[in-house]
Amino acid sequence: MDNTLLWYTTRGAGAVTLVLLSAVVVLGILSVLRVQSAGWPRFLTVGLHRNLALMTIVFLALHIVTAVIDPFTHLGWLAAVVPFSSYYRTFWLGLGTVAFELLLAIVVTSLVRGFIGQSAWRLVHWLSYASWPVAVLHGFGTGTDAWSAWLFGLQAVCIVSVAAAAGYRLMAGSRDPLAAARSSFQAGVDRRESK
Amino acid sequence: MSKRFELAVDRIKCDGRGLCAEILPEVIRLDSWGYPIIAPGPVPEHLMGLAQRAVDDCPVLAIVLRRAEIQRQKAT
Amino acid sequence: MSRLRLLAGPDLAAGAERLHSHVGRLGPLPKGGHSLIELLVRTELAGRGGAGFLAGLKWRAVAHASRGSAVVVANGAEGEPHSKKDRLLMSTRPHLILDGALLAAASVHAKEIVLYIGEEHHSALRSMTGALAERTAGERRLIRLARAPARYVAGDSSASVHLVDAGIATPTTTPPPTRERGVGGAATLVQNVETLAHVALIARTGAATNTVLVTVAGAVRAPGVLEVDTGIAVGDAVQLAGGPSEPPRALLLGGYFGRWIEAADAWSLPIDPPALRARGLSLGCAVLGVLPASQCPVCEVAGIMRYLASESSAQCGPCFFGLRALADACTRIAERGTDAGDLQRLQRWSAEVQGRGACKHPDGAVMFLQSAMKTFGDDFAHHPAHLRRSA
Repeated sequence: MDNTLLWYTTRGAGAVTLVLLSAVVVLGILSVLRVQSAGWPRFLTVGLHRNLALMTIVFLALHIVTAVIDPFTHLGWLAAVVPFSSYYRTFWLGLGTVAFELLLAIVVTSLVRGFIGQSAWRLVHWLSYASWPVAVLHGFGTGTDAWSAWLFGLQAVCIVSVAAAAGYRLMAGSRDPLAAARSSFQAGVDRRESK
Repeated sequence: MSKRFELAVDRIKCDGRGLCAEILPEVIRLDSWGYPIIAPGPVPEHLMGLAQRAVDDCPVLAIVLRRAEIQRQKAT
Repeated sequence: MSRLRLLAGPDLAAGAERLHSHVGRLGPLPKGGHSLIELLVRTELAGRGGAGFLAGLKWRAVAHASRGSAVVVANGAEGEPHSKKDRLLMSTRPHLILDGALLAAASVHAKEIVLYIGEEHHSALRSMTGALAERTAGERRLIRLARAPARYVAGDSSASVHLVDAGIATPTTTPPPTRERGVGGAATLVQNVETLAHVALIARTGAATNTVLVTVAGAVRAPGVLEVDTGIAVGDAVQLAGGPSEPPRALLLGGYFGRWIEAADAWSLPIDPPALRARGLSLGCAVLGVLPASQCPVCEVAGIMRYLASESSAQCGPCFFGLRALADACTRIAERGTDAGDLQRLQRWSAEVQGRGACKHPDGAVMFLQSAMKTFGDDFAHHPAHLRRSA
């Protein structure tokens, strides 16, 4: 197989994965913030979030497969699952493996959410706030053209979008109208010894 | 005799996200405070697909489909 | 026949009856079991916690679901503000309640009894703890105490189970009902302490008891707890409490989840759960609240609705927001006078709230309000503006 084609595919798929992942994180935040308008129902946010997440996995798979079978990188399949086990850019590639595995956990638990229950699902889903920055760092560290104008611009847009959404999320607090009243009531009737 | 199902909401888990009413407005509407009111009785067969979607899409898994029980009139 | 009365025995002012007096009067603790359950079913003992569910049927269900590890919760939380009967019973006849709980445990194959007592009801706590210390080691091993927070919903069955199980007294979603899955996932019998006291007497005599504990409150000369014969008229019970202190307007039967009845109609009602049920009424927690004619019913109802709204555990939107909206609307009518859309709004929101909470709190409040609007229809329709009353 033509090495250049594989190389371009790896980098291209990687860039697309980053864009999709950033959109997924932003949509997830918009979903929790209960954003909606006359023309944009809430199920659209949730539906896009889910569908783009699945597309992210597809492009991520393409990115990983083309990287592994590319003879230039000398990566074995092990590098795709065991972090920091490659000779090629050990640390930065390892971050990619970590991000991949976090994402896999998030997607798999989401697919079986009905079986594992809401609490377990939610706990794993918080890892998304870890997987995104790790993926971004991986991109900067391993990408041979991370500092080229177009890719740098793309990454900047992704980072600003997610940072803005996450920042807003942090300031906004809970959108559940009962959150304050419920926790104040519970505080009054909580008789657990550890308190 | 085919099985009929009805929608039921766990009122403590529900926190008024409102996706269910968007997906299945024929059966679910929102009250004055954004919480779902489910029309009584089994879900019409042709809406079962959307009903399942409403169940799957609920962000907090508060709404479920369960087998509709045939209500017998109780003598007072 | 005085031994069939709950409050027979030493003077109530003497405090908790000691074990030797209790056994001397009534004999030793009988045996529980299947035959006791059948006896309870035959005598149609109704629960005294408010719901009035037949005790025998509940015991049967729990015994059936029990795998030898059932739990009995003796519910003495008494969150209803004006009710004092459970506290009085716990403070003066603790051994009746302990007997009833032990009989329940034997009958439903329970390995644990929890005494659920209001954490601010110090006299009851002292009395029950003292009585427990007098029992045998085997009995004491089965029984422990749990303190109920001083909130209205803490007395709810699922809230009591939740507190015993997880340490937080908030109602939980049922199904599954607590009689099937309660404390630690085991079948749990939650029974009011007065009901258990009746069991202690029924088990000894083999016959039904024929008395009821009621709390007479409001505009009467001698408010307090009375043990009355089943079937006595409400008016007679009010007389036993000294009679009205001023001309009465209406009676609130059953506490804050009860019904309003015009005094003229209320006085002849029999204090008898089946007879009341036949009239579409319920004894509830057995509080007879007398509202004097001098007091504005709309203002009184608005105050109670504000209380019930503030006692929502805020777990379900329709209850928290709905009761607040209803209470605010009642308060607006009370303070500023009736407005054109007020009554329709009250009806619309009531319909949106009823049956849409995880527990019965919103239902109780809505039905209380609806009975008020029916009984005091004219007052609600034409209420003038008042100056705000100081609390």
